[in-house]
Amino acid sequence: MPILCNQMAFGPFLLLALLEGTVTAAVLALTALGLSLVFGVMRVVNVAHGAFFMLGAVLAWFVASHVPGAPALGFVAALVLAPLAVAALAAVADRLVLKRIGYDPEATIVATIGLLYIFEQAALSLFGPDARPVPAPFTWRIQFPWFGYSGYKLFVVAAALVVLAAVWLMLTRSRAGLIMRATQVDRQTARAFGINVDLVYTGTFALGAALAALGAVLVVPIQQAHYLMGGDPLLLSFIVVIIGGLGSLRGTLVAALVIGLGDGIISMFFTPTLAKIIATLAVALVLVFRPQGLFGARA
Amino acid sequence: MTRRTLNKAEPSRRAVLKGIGAGLLASTVMPGAVRAQGAPIKLGFQLHVTGIGASYGRWYQRTADAALKMINDAGGINGRPVEILYEDDGTDPKRGAEVVDKFVNKHGCDLVFGTLFSHVVIGSAPRAGELKVPYLVCSEGYHVASGMLNRWTLQPGITDARSQIVSMAPWVAANLGKKVTMIFPDFAFGHDHRDFFTAAIAAQGGEVIAQIAVPPTETSFTRYFPQIPADTEVLYHVMVGPAVLTFVKELGEFYGSGPKPAMFGFIDSLEAVDIATPGLEFLEGSHFWEGHNRMKPADAGEHEAAYRAAVGVDDNGASVSDPKDVATYSHMFSAWETLYIIKAGMEASGYQGPADRQKFVEAVEAMTEIPYGIEHPQGAKRFNGKTHQVFGTQNISQVQGGKLVRVHQTSIEDGLYDDAVDYTAQPF
Repeated sequence: MPILCNQMAFGPFLLLALLEGTVTAAVLALTALGLSLVFGVMRVVNVAHGAFFMLGAVLAWFVASHVPGAPALGFVAALVLAPLAVAALAAVADRLVLKRIGYDPEATIVATIGLLYIFEQAALSLFGPDARPVPAPFTWRIQFPWFGYSGYKLFVVAAALVVLAAVWLMLTRSRAGLIMRATQVDRQTARAFGINVDLVYTGTFALGAALAALGAVLVVPIQQAHYLMGGDPLLLSFIVVIIGGLGSLRGTLVAALVIGLGDGIISMFFTPTLAKIIATLAVALVLVFRPQGLFGARA
Repeated sequence: MTRRTLNKAEPSRRAVLKGIGAGLLASTVMPGAVRAQGAPIKLGFQLHVTGIGASYGRWYQRTADAALKMINDAGGINGRPVEILYEDDGTDPKRGAEVVDKFVNKHGCDLVFGTLFSHVVIGSAPRAGELKVPYLVCSEGYHVASGMLNRWTLQPGITDARSQIVSMAPWVAANLGKKVTMIFPDFAFGHDHRDFFTAAIAAQGGEVIAQIAVPPTETSFTRYFPQIPADTEVLYHVMVGPAVLTFVKELGEFYGSGPKPAMFGFIDSLEAVDIATPGLEFLEGSHFWEGHNRMKPADAGEHEAAYRAAVGVDDNGASVSDPKDVATYSHMFSAWETLYIIKAGMEASGYQGPADRQKFVEAVEAMTEIPYGIEHPQGAKRFNGKTHQVFGTQNISQVQGGKLVRVHQTSIEDGLYDDAVDYTAQPF
């Protein structure tokens, strides 16, 4: 049901579509980043990625509701603590499970599906079935002449840019990034040069989980923490990572922008369901015509 | 990359686990066998513990447990103690049908009741019909009275959406406006709202100028709001699922401090949500349907206080032990009232065991006037045995100073409509 009869004028309508699309793109980039990183370095698909995202959100609620004072204090505490806790959990999961199965690609998929269920059910048992709100650190709202818009949503966009830049700098400029890239290129040779590949894998897996959790903490004030919330981000992350090219950060960013803005505009001018159909179709087309993704290297 | 093979220790560990499991099973089954005064009546409660109905499920269980305690303290049903077995249906229709099966064939329950979400009811009712087990739902859907289900499915504890809508539409048209835009969840329950409100407002000389369907699993809503026409006088909203708070918050952000239409919402959009949550200030002055007033009205009935005390809810509609734990107050009375209908139906039919299931359904079908009392704390009701649907009063509340204040109550007659089915003419 296309609309545009008697609703908002075209200009404001497009503005709102672009705002929503940009926010979606930022959230997508944040959530897909960790998945892309883990695949790039470790060559394994982490199905539990959405569960790490969910844990980040639920922990954010837990931390924020236990820090007294202004909502901003609780939010900042969550921003620090939730990714650390999730990273620690991921490191343990890596040592206890993934390392034992030798990072075998198929076995890892099955193992991370198992982790996904464990984390979801644990969250259900420990935090309950309710959706929990986390107050945004500030409630500033932009009032356009035609509609209002949450200022915090724009903050999420800025924060996503900062996080993406930081990860890119870390990978290209730091010694840790160099070691990760070396492991990505050839793990045997890296080992021969004295790189502790086990440590790199654990670190990368933990970093990927921490990025998911960080994304979740940023997103949770505009959604809510709920034990089943990991499903959508997982699916969308896969869509973004497949279109962008597994392991390519640049691809992830570009694909997130395309999918996010496309989603915003198609959702507004047509229907959100059509936007999802088109995103899924895009994945199918990419897999058929360019299986390595837009920016991925041919395997 | 060595793969570990099963070593000998594992089978024996499994055996130990099996032993523990068997022990646990025995310890839960045994007490039933030792009980003195005859075998208990077993009722299966199809509960939304997980999935999108989880907030409701938690409160339905508390409410049913409270009613159960009151019934057992007063001597049970037909002199026998009553037990409720809860089973999670995941708010999922497929699982729902399996749960009905499990209650009947595994646990030997006398009947099944308590289901809220309409898609689970629609998915489960055919199985209840096949198993010839009474299935008493609390779902508000019109699917019972429409004739879509079967002789074994009844809704004696809560009014259906059609009746709620028909009774309130005249008030909306007279007090809020006649050009209405509807936002509703895109499944059976939402479609009842869409169809019946559109017809009901037209009968009042009004018009629904846009219908916006939102998938019930949606988490972001701003993108739907531009579809609201600018000349909307009344925004009619009803939403369900874990994201309801996000829905109302984003609605508030969207309108911001600019002009906005009058709002008429079903409290479903805010069930289990504290109305004092930051971001909901824009709801001040707007109106809500409430099945049972969350905040105790000044002129509440004489049994209201006792009911609240029994289910553990304070005068604001939150748990007495945690003021942040807000009840699904407008719906959960149905679990309580349905249990009392079960008691009345079993007593009227002299129910002894599964062989009397048909007699029980006939006894419920014979019910007509249901008086207000502690058994029916939401209010007096009228049961229609032909359509298997109960009719009652509805409340319209306004948000005043951050509180829900009742401003109108409909009569039972306001919500009546013509029968679409006569289940009593159908075979068992």
